[in-house]
Amino acid sequence: MNAPLSFLDRPNSYIGRSVPRPNAKRLLNGQGRYVTDIVLPRMLHAAFTRSPHAHARIVSIDVSAARQMPGVRLVATGEDFARICKPWVGTLDHFKGMKSPPQWPLPIDKVVWSGQAMVAIVADTRAMAEDATEAVQVEYEELPAVVDIDAARSTGSPVITPEFGDNVCFRGVLDTGGVDDAFASACHIIEEEFRFARHTAVTLEPRAIVADYDPNEPRLTVHHATQTPYQFQDLYSRHYGIAEASVRVVAPDIGGSFGMKLHVYHEDMAVVGLSMMLGRPVKYVADRIESFVSDIHARDHRVRARMAIDAMGTILAIDVDDVTGIGAFSAYPRTSAIEGNQVIRLIGAPYRLKNYRAGLQVVFQNKVQMSQYRAVGHPIACTVTERLVDLAANKAGLDAFEVRARNLIRDDAYPCESPTGYRFEALSHEVCLAKLRTMMDYDSLRSEQRELRNRGIHRGIGIATFVEISNPSPAFYGVGGARISSQDGAIVSITPSGDVRCLISVTEQGQGTETVIGQIVAEHLGVDRDRVKVITGDTEVTPHGGATWACRGAGIGGETALQAANKLKANVLSVASAILQDHAGKLDIRNGWIVDASTEQQRIELAEIARLAYFRSDTLPPGTQAQLSVAHHYAPQGYPFAFTNGIQGCHVELDAETGFVRILKHWVVEDCGRIINPLLVDEQVRGGVVQGLGAAFFEECVYSETGQLTNGSLADYLVPMAFEMPDIEIGHVETPTLDTQLGAKGCGEAGTAAASAAALNAVNDAMAPFGATISQLPMTPARVLKALGHI
Amino acid sequence: MKARAFSYARPSTVEEALETFASAGDEASYIAGGQSLVPALALRLQAPQLLIDIAHIPALRGIARRENWLRIGALTRHCEVLTDPNIARYAPLLREAAPHVAHPAIRNRGTLGGSVALADPASEFPAMMLAMGAELEIAGPQGTRRVAADDYFIDLFQTAIEPGELLIAIHVPAVGPHHRWAFDELARRRGDYAIIGCGMLGRFAGDRIDEIRVAFFSVGNTPVRARHVETALTGGRLGPDSVAEAQASLAADLSPPDDEHTPAAMRLHLARVLMGRLLGRMMVTG
Repeated sequence: MNAPLSFLDRPNSYIGRSVPRPNAKRLLNGQGRYVTDIVLPRMLHAAFTRSPHAHARIVSIDVSAARQMPGVRLVATGEDFARICKPWVGTLDHFKGMKSPPQWPLPIDKVVWSGQAMVAIVADTRAMAEDATEAVQVEYEELPAVVDIDAARSTGSPVITPEFGDNVCFRGVLDTGGVDDAFASACHIIEEEFRFARHTAVTLEPRAIVADYDPNEPRLTVHHATQTPYQFQDLYSRHYGIAEASVRVVAPDIGGSFGMKLHVYHEDMAVVGLSMMLGRPVKYVADRIESFVSDIHARDHRVRARMAIDAMGTILAIDVDDVTGIGAFSAYPRTSAIEGNQVIRLIGAPYRLKNYRAGLQVVFQNKVQMSQYRAVGHPIACTVTERLVDLAANKAGLDAFEVRARNLIRDDAYPCESPTGYRFEALSHEVCLAKLRTMMDYDSLRSEQRELRNRGIHRGIGIATFVEISNPSPAFYGVGGARISSQDGAIVSITPSGDVRCLISVTEQGQGTETVIGQIVAEHLGVDRDRVKVITGDTEVTPHGGATWACRGAGIGGETALQAANKLKANVLSVASAILQDHAGKLDIRNGWIVDASTEQQRIELAEIARLAYFRSDTLPPGTQAQLSVAHHYAPQGYPFAFTNGIQGCHVELDAETGFVRILKHWVVEDCGRIINPLLVDEQVRGGVVQGLGAAFFEECVYSETGQLTNGSLADYLVPMAFEMPDIEIGHVETPTLDTQLGAKGCGEAGTAAASAAALNAVNDAMAPFGATISQLPMTPARVLKALGHI
Repeated sequence: MKARAFSYARPSTVEEALETFASAGDEASYIAGGQSLVPALALRLQAPQLLIDIAHIPALRGIARRENWLRIGALTRHCEVLTDPNIARYAPLLREAAPHVAHPAIRNRGTLGGSVALADPASEFPAMMLAMGAELEIAGPQGTRRVAADDYFIDLFQTAIEPGELLIAIHVPAVGPHHRWAFDELARRRGDYAIIGCGMLGRFAGDRIDEIRVAFFSVGNTPVRARHVETALTGGRLGPDSVAEAQASLAADLSPPDDEHTPAAMRLHLARVLMGRLLGRMMVTG
């Protein structure tokens, strides 16, 4: 009763509260409106004949039989699209020397991966379109497939794009100098080779698009399951030559994206062209098999890494070489080089590291495109770093916590800069490390481990510390020439009834963006949250902005909403001051009432201000023009990125006879700055951890030697399921960024960033009594049995 | 993907079903729970012109004990296998295997007869037919016959059921007080097809094994009885030595395929480990 009032006790105090998502009930009741649910008058359906070969020249295409099939309205090939669609090239200017071949919606002379869309069929129903895809006759001349990353770079390897002379898309180098000297003077040198499989997003809702071209105006409306409607508005406009203002992209309810739904896909571009050719709406929804062979894949790295330490376990230098396979071209418009670039820039990031050298090779191969997926590059960098740190600890005879305590950047050392040029405003490694140790009850776990080992039960404990990139400035894409915004825009209005509408450019894919924006607007305006309606995902309605990716929705979108709400509040108070004949500075808004700021006495209801402003402007004092709508944009300034940090712990039990690993428990301590909604942050982190554990134990796109994806179904591609997942306990440290009033950083990728690293360390810890190690993800039973020498 | 167009028939007797099939030729397919067939249709891996839905034939339902046999109607759903008291009492291996069959939604619709008729070599129930010494009741134009499980599995997805014939019931010898049994599998995720699975049913006199049947699944084109193992165990006391002997003889029984995800050596290793653990459980049970 007598506890002091906190900020949470103020009226309309929503920031920091676990308020529920207003849209959750609708979605849980099955009443979401996804692109798949959209049915337009005169709408047709597209399906695609796909290449059975990973690499082949197209000798001839015969579509005459397909054209005669029932219900078929159009059959289109690559040449039909080349006449109306400008090709795209997935490079960015700031990646010097990067190359990638031009892409069209459908191929013209050759196919470069198995499953590539070859011929488009539009018919009255999807089933009819699929029937016709089987009637398309294509003659191929098969070419040798480039599959393995080493084979791709060897001399004499077939070159996928002969004009380039080789299969290397991009080479990156970082070198602080001093690495060779550090290795020469080292007490111990640790070396390991890591392999990271390809995996893919497997969103609950697959990719889906309805393109609706009206030749009369002309105008193009695209209902698109995407994270980034503005980016696609720009792309459809420029590649199909339609005025930007005549292109509308609508992203309705989206069933997960994880970075997968912001890339250009050939089928999606084709569907827009098909609608233009027909002047009718055309729908395409990827089925699960199509998703496996056409959604971007992620990761696919082979990293050779060395670390030098002194006798005390101090890290002296790291030297790494990353080769990553990206498919036959770089994805557009964000490229497939960002992943590898972030790997080499994030390695060693949590540590006091001076001497660092990294080489990166981004390699073409005959597989589906690899590009940005949740926690781009982070899990690779984190796994390499954290496994090296554990190996260093073993060499130096140090405990996993001790070696990190000795090497992590001190909490009082900020601001500082990483050897790769990342500027850190303020991180909290030391306090996170201490908090994790307490949460895990680490000493008890270790004594339990010793005791159980005597009884033949092999448990392992692994930890992994991480740094995460969030709130990116134009340094990410804009400087490279990509028309991808790092700013966001919001329009906030008071309705005539005194409710609030916020139209904002960040988008919702199920993570609660709209909830968080509503919390911020309600709190800063001083109204009940139920009276704030947040609208996202329609380029015709919401102002242009970056939308949602790379952990920017809360940090940048939230700050945009905050500043817009403050601006609107000032406008409201200005009108109120005219009506009340009082100084605006003495007034405030609480619970939808204009109050006396010092006494909180209610003066006039917000709804009454709105009524007067909209309907009885004649009663307002002369000269009063009420501005009850504001448009506001915010672009991050100051630090190029708001880095976050944290640490994860994983506890596993190894069945040393079968190679099966049971994940017993997982812990996360993370610091995303100001937490707006603790429940949503926790669930973001949990979901991220599950995806990281999927990469660690289950998910892998397996290709045959001829470049065929051999496990492209949900029976064979193993996504992590609830039964195998542990309880995930989450703790927080809050170090707000001072670059914004809100102070929020991203949290969506924290879970994925370090979960697989912690798991790898835990499994290696469990295998330690057998003298066995593993350095390949996913850690399948076969790989564990091999490491243990059973097979 | 969408299935190709097909016709649909819903007979109400076995005779009607057989006649419908005969008149359609080889272009027909029976459908019961549809948990394997419907995905195959959607993927266009199969495209029959006529689906004959046998799910509404009363004669294919019901579970009844007759003397020393339990008759289980082919339409018995996996979820009923899980909960039926007669199955739990007289065919407990089926009950033990049932929770490992896919997921609840699939168990609610998938049928025991459908699983045994399809004979997926990675499925639990077909292998349990071997372990239990079951007999399969098959109806055809010439009448009804019973085929021993040992003679039933021929090759990959190929059984003693001839085209147009219908599996109508499964007959299981009822277990008695001297039986012991064990089942388990190793699957990457709960509900997945197992990398290896095993069920065994033995009749004991004290610690001595008078008779035992050991069946594996996910080891090749059909479920497999480990006859060398059975010979090694029969007549002896179940103990660490006989378990080791059984494990040593397993290589003579199994020649698992060498696929890229699971090397043959791994499957054989896991089969030995799993069988050792199951025999160990039977020691404890006794």
